[in-house]
Amino acid sequence: MSIKDRVIKIIAEQAVLEVEDVTADSKLDDLGIDSLGLVESIFAIEEEFDISVPFNANDPSESDFDISSVASIISGIETLVKAQT
Amino acid sequence: MKRVVITGAGTINALGHDVPSTLEAMREGRCGISELEFRDVERLSIRIGGQVKGYEPEGRFNRQQLALFDRFTQFTLVAAREAIAQSGLEFSGELAARAGVVLGNSGGGMTTLDDNYRSVYEDGKNRVHPFVVPKLMNNAAASHVSMEFNLKGPSFTVSTACASSNHAMAQAFQMVHGGISPVMISGGSESMLCFGGVKAWEGLRVMSKDACRPFSANRNGMVQGEGAGIFVFEEYEHARKRGAEILAEVAGFAMSSDASDIVMPSKQGAARAIRGAMQDARINPDEVGYINAHGTGTAANDKTESAAVADVFGAHADKLMLSSTKSMHGHLIGGTGAVELLACIMALRDGVIAPTIGYEEPDPECALDVVPNVAREAHVDVALSNAFAFGGLNAVLALKRVG
Repeated sequence: MSIKDRVIKIIAEQAVLEVEDVTADSKLDDLGIDSLGLVESIFAIEEEFDISVPFNANDPSESDFDISSVASIISGIETLVKAQT
Repeated sequence: MKRVVITGAGTINALGHDVPSTLEAMREGRCGISELEFRDVERLSIRIGGQVKGYEPEGRFNRQQLALFDRFTQFTLVAAREAIAQSGLEFSGELAARAGVVLGNSGGGMTTLDDNYRSVYEDGKNRVHPFVVPKLMNNAAASHVSMEFNLKGPSFTVSTACASSNHAMAQAFQMVHGGISPVMISGGSESMLCFGGVKAWEGLRVMSKDACRPFSANRNGMVQGEGAGIFVFEEYEHARKRGAEILAEVAGFAMSSDASDIVMPSKQGAARAIRGAMQDARINPDEVGYINAHGTGTAANDKTESAAVADVFGAHADKLMLSSTKSMHGHLIGGTGAVELLACIMALRDGVIAPTIGYEEPDPECALDVVPNVAREAHVDVALSNAFAFGGLNAVLALKRVG
């Protein structure tokens, strides 16, 4: 499974949606993921890829990690995974 | 109903090992937050805290006590000894039978848990010390205070996360106010600064890696602290008859529940508690000169708390002072309201307002006088102390100057 599919699977599970209902353009808000859901998703992503995501819930916009859409999360994860190898 | 006054105060926290040194640090706007020192700290991403440094329990407790007292119990006893010594009270006969101790605490013996989990899980040992349970239980501190000082009246521990101490002090106030007891010992303590304690908080991603900057636009989270604050709440006539020094009057309180979210605060819930405390104390909003804010330094708390204060006080919100001393001693969780009550006493008795340090950039969402960085002299007749806990449980105390 690609990084993209794995991230979408995690987000879909958090949002209690089918994977087909989560697209790269989806925003977390629109998927019904609140602040706790976001922190939980990031934890699941860290566990899945064995990486550390630089995210502070106090200021998501200032974190070095863009959570504005599913696509931005995927590209952030791809960068982190690449940096790790 | 009886009037309730404070006739003794004690503390140990990152700013000082007693009340005078803590108040001096608050006046000087000193920061007690430093690099954490404990086992496995290198495995944490959050490595700062308001840790009590230079503390030597050996001089204060004997060998048997040290085996039985978790750090949070030790802190509680250190603070209780100072508070009760200041009050000059000795508990015997009828007074001992009626006086009790109500304390706030959230985590219990977290360092005891951490040490013993490590021993059985990591080191693979199959035997633990026989005192693990009596050492880690949340009520251990209250029980040891009752034993050391012969307090035989109503005694228990209140656990409402970051509002524990305020809820506890509200209970103690009610008991004196309602005539159940002429004297109650109250306050709270916490000691979560160990690997497991900080690791758990790290997971929530609300902790700052560098500083606690309440109300500042560039704030990036909370910083944990540890320690205790203990007070002697005494019925006014009882205190006056024996010529006790009165530090301040506890005039009222209110509690509320947001009933909305397990971590996100609510403006309405906070506002109801603030308004309720003033009603209970029969004070007008325009009499309030100082509020010790909950002010955790998280994005969510500080803007919600500022909005609640603005709503409740209207135009007077621009005249009152509101500061968060968590910027100096960190967030003591279940003990935080108790240590912060010292800042209210200092405002009322000494006319000195503790600052919010680490304040670097104004935030339009927190547009109040937060007494940035430098303490201020001011005459204050009424002070409030806010505490808004995870779980949406709020408790606000109202204090008045006496004399």
